[in-house]
Amino acid sequence: MIYEVFRQERKGQPFAHAGSVEAPNDEYAEWYAREQFGRRGESVALWFVPREAVHEIDEFVDELERNYHRVDGYPLKEKLKEARERAGTQTTK
Amino acid sequence: MSEQAPKPPSNTVLRGGSRVDALLAIADDELILGWRNSEWTGIAPFLEEDVAFSSIAQNEIGHARALYQLVAEELSTTADELAFDRQPEEYRCSAFVEQRLVPDWARTIARHYLYEQADERRIKELMASDDAEIAGLAAKIDREEAYHRMHAQMWHERLQAEPRYVEALEELQPLVDQRGEHVPEFEQLWNEMTEVRRSVAGATW
Repeated sequence: MIYEVFRQERKGQPFAHAGSVEAPNDEYAEWYAREQFGRRGESVALWFVPREAVHEIDEFVDELERNYHRVDGYPLKEKLKEARERAGTQTTK
Repeated sequence: MSEQAPKPPSNTVLRGGSRVDALLAIADDELILGWRNSEWTGIAPFLEEDVAFSSIAQNEIGHARALYQLVAEELSTTADELAFDRQPEEYRCSAFVEQRLVPDWARTIARHYLYEQADERRIKELMASDDAEIAGLAAKIDREEAYHRMHAQMWHERLQAEPRYVEALEELQPLVDQRGEHVPEFEQLWNEMTEVRRSVAGATW
């Protein structure tokens, strides 16, 4: 059985897909997930779920071209930087 | 059983022998078993298990190093010298861990399971030691061994109805604490393991 594994790098951060492991049951999956994605201190927590438990959506119908729903052409990074500069709260790294 | 065997049985880890003798026996077990288990790297039954079993092998060698370091302080030497610069007859590991079991996974898991059981008793005994250094290290080792035991238990439950595995358990059970004589294939392991140190004295890596 294939299990999908998600890892959290630091507390409070979202879990991100790390990869998958093949295991005969949950117990083995826990062990293998721990070994593949947790033994180097790279994760503070892991989720593992059977692949069948994951539902996928890969079609996003937009027949009427409602481009006002989309975020393309709207780069936030620059605008945010300018706003911060105006507010005098720009953090220097 | 030979009558002249001078080694104390391993269930009296710290009694009846010196601290050095007792720690070396455990360190040698961990080093040699780690070596033997690492022989599965790349050829374990499937990829995930390959990584897991290699990781266990690495942990065992890490435990050996920590134990050698304790002994090395007492003998004013180094862990590497203890691990690699002794003659084959000076190693105190049990014949049980010396056996080369690749490519027999059933016997490998049987040994893993039996070893973890015996090792648990030994480690718990060390944790109760009056020697704070030993007790402290044993507690650290035990926290990692707990995972090895889970792994061994998991495989044991999965294979316990398989005739090959049952046979392997029966075959290996009596050998767990047998110390003194090395098995013939230990010589080859020793040759390979000490090759670098013997070709370049004091080599480190």
